[in-house]
Amino acid sequence: MSVLERRVTVGSAVGLHARPAARLVRAVVAAGVPVTIGKPDAPQVNAASILSVLSLRAECGDQVVLQTPDGSASQALDQLAALVANNLDAETD
Amino acid sequence: MSTVVNGIGVSPGIGHARALRLVRAALPPDVAVLDPATAMDSVSAACEAVAAAMEKRAAQSTGSMTDILDAQAMIVRDPSLAEVIRAGLEAGHTRTGAIHTAFESFSESLAAAGPYLAERVADLDDLEYRISATLLGVELADVIRIDDVSVVIAPDLAPADVASLDLSRVAAIVTQQGGATGHAAIVAKSLAIPAVVSCADAAAIEDGAWILVDGQAGTVTVDPSVAEVEAAVGRERSRTELLAAVSGPGRTSDGHRVELLTNIGTEFQSASKVDSEGVGLFRTEFMFLDRVEVPSFDEQVAAYSAAFRAFAGRKVIVRTLDAGSDKPLRFVPQRGESNPALGVRGLRVAREFPELLSDQLRAIGAAASESSAKVSVMAPMVSTPDEAVEFVTLARAAGIERVGVMAEVPALVLRADEVLEAVDFLSIGTNDLAQYAFAADRMLSGLSELTDPWQPALLILIERAAAAGAQVGKPVGVCGEAAGDPLLAPVLVGLGVTSLSMAPVLLPAVRAALADRSLEDCRRLSMLALGSRNGHAARAAVVGG
Repeated sequence: MSVLERRVTVGSAVGLHARPAARLVRAVVAAGVPVTIGKPDAPQVNAASILSVLSLRAECGDQVVLQTPDGSASQALDQLAALVANNLDAETD
Repeated sequence: MSTVVNGIGVSPGIGHARALRLVRAALPPDVAVLDPATAMDSVSAACEAVAAAMEKRAAQSTGSMTDILDAQAMIVRDPSLAEVIRAGLEAGHTRTGAIHTAFESFSESLAAAGPYLAERVADLDDLEYRISATLLGVELADVIRIDDVSVVIAPDLAPADVASLDLSRVAAIVTQQGGATGHAAIVAKSLAIPAVVSCADAAAIEDGAWILVDGQAGTVTVDPSVAEVEAAVGRERSRTELLAAVSGPGRTSDGHRVELLTNIGTEFQSASKVDSEGVGLFRTEFMFLDRVEVPSFDEQVAAYSAAFRAFAGRKVIVRTLDAGSDKPLRFVPQRGESNPALGVRGLRVAREFPELLSDQLRAIGAAASESSAKVSVMAPMVSTPDEAVEFVTLARAAGIERVGVMAEVPALVLRADEVLEAVDFLSIGTNDLAQYAFAADRMLSGLSELTDPWQPALLILIERAAAAGAQVGKPVGVCGEAAGDPLLAPVLVGLGVTSLSMAPVLLPAVRAALADRSLEDCRRLSMLALGSRNGHAARAAVVGG
């Protein structure tokens, strides 16, 4: 079974904390596929766990790796990667 | 004799009342676990009950409080937390013991992550207490009764505690722990309740003692003398007088009226407390960023009604969903566009999903009909007079009287006269207008010189839109970032802009800047800026002028 992987840079100005972290976790739960997240070369944690995501201490500009063992979840993983890369906390016009 | 103890003042103001200490019931010891699987079932049930209660409170709250309570419900349902608890039970711990160990393991890694997350640890303690208390059948007070106006003193205040307080009877808040960015501080500030946090010595204050809290100075005085109370009240009066020196509707020094409005997303409760004439930009997409499904009609009516209630009697300009580009919404399918800023975004989404827009307009119309707020609606990313006419027709059919469009595409500004035949007002989004006028991505810091709001070409577009409005006596406002710059605001007024909408926190400085200039002066500054070679020179000319 192939593990899918995406490497992205955290776009949220406050890092993966507070609201951006909560948004990611909600999106993972909604996607309904097992997804893990971690910094490169560090252990992966459950991306559906808010406490684990907060414990990553991923700041704006940090690289993170998203993985799923579900080989058919390529599109879902793309969407999650885009979410992490976006600055979802910004209110801009 | 009075004694003074110090903490960090996080929310200015004076509170003088008797102390009310919030204490929690001690929990009885838990029984030994016979079967880990059964024990885990009861723990899961308790977690679910706590999470459901949090969500119920979240639904009754607004703004940052809703987010905080929702996040807490998420923590209680955390699958990794459940895993650690299950492992503890299997290792022979009691249920409350396993819960404690699990929370402790996460507390440690969060506490090590710096001050911001460390302050969330206090919230974890609260959640642990709530789950264990539920498990052991200890009742958690849904509402904390406060008979007289009091100074509330607690080790720390968790969001759920604040949600259960009758805040109209809270004169001030003092916590022994917590920091300047903790939830107690955030909530007190947003509700304008005087507060001092991180005041360890407050632990010694007895229930019922008279307390004087100065949320500016960060002092807590026990048994204050009459002279001390009078001095504090005097300080507070001069503080508020200073802020109120310029207040009320915006105007130049010679009385030319400029509407000062706020930009809001989900934080409408706190924004409504700011001295403004209402809302110039209500970004509805921020209410639904997390949504997977299209929010239902009823849900939308409820959400808009809550915002309209906060601004009862005032103006509220609602912008319809601005999905796409940098603000994707999960319930609006995204195609792989190579250039999203130039793709299907804003009003263009309605070409493909017309019911998304018509439902939203109907929901806004329904919420407006039951509110005293003066509600108008405007569409983002309108490019042609035809699109403007179409939007006006749809909005009027939904019962909305005042209808406008955003001016953020240069093509629309070039035909502003024809657009203004159809719409009641224009609202200029300077950030996008600059991005499209200069063909420069506003997110690219390397191009920031091109998207500088001082660029004379952008100012010319603004002037053109404002002049078209003046021709037919219809308002033309600015709701982009430029509106909140106290240096640029007089220039915009000089160009003929009739209203400025900005982040609430920026409003007092803009109001003061306008009060300092005559309309003639504003016009002179705008001529200086228009005649400059580039953005830097324009700014320099206005600073020197």
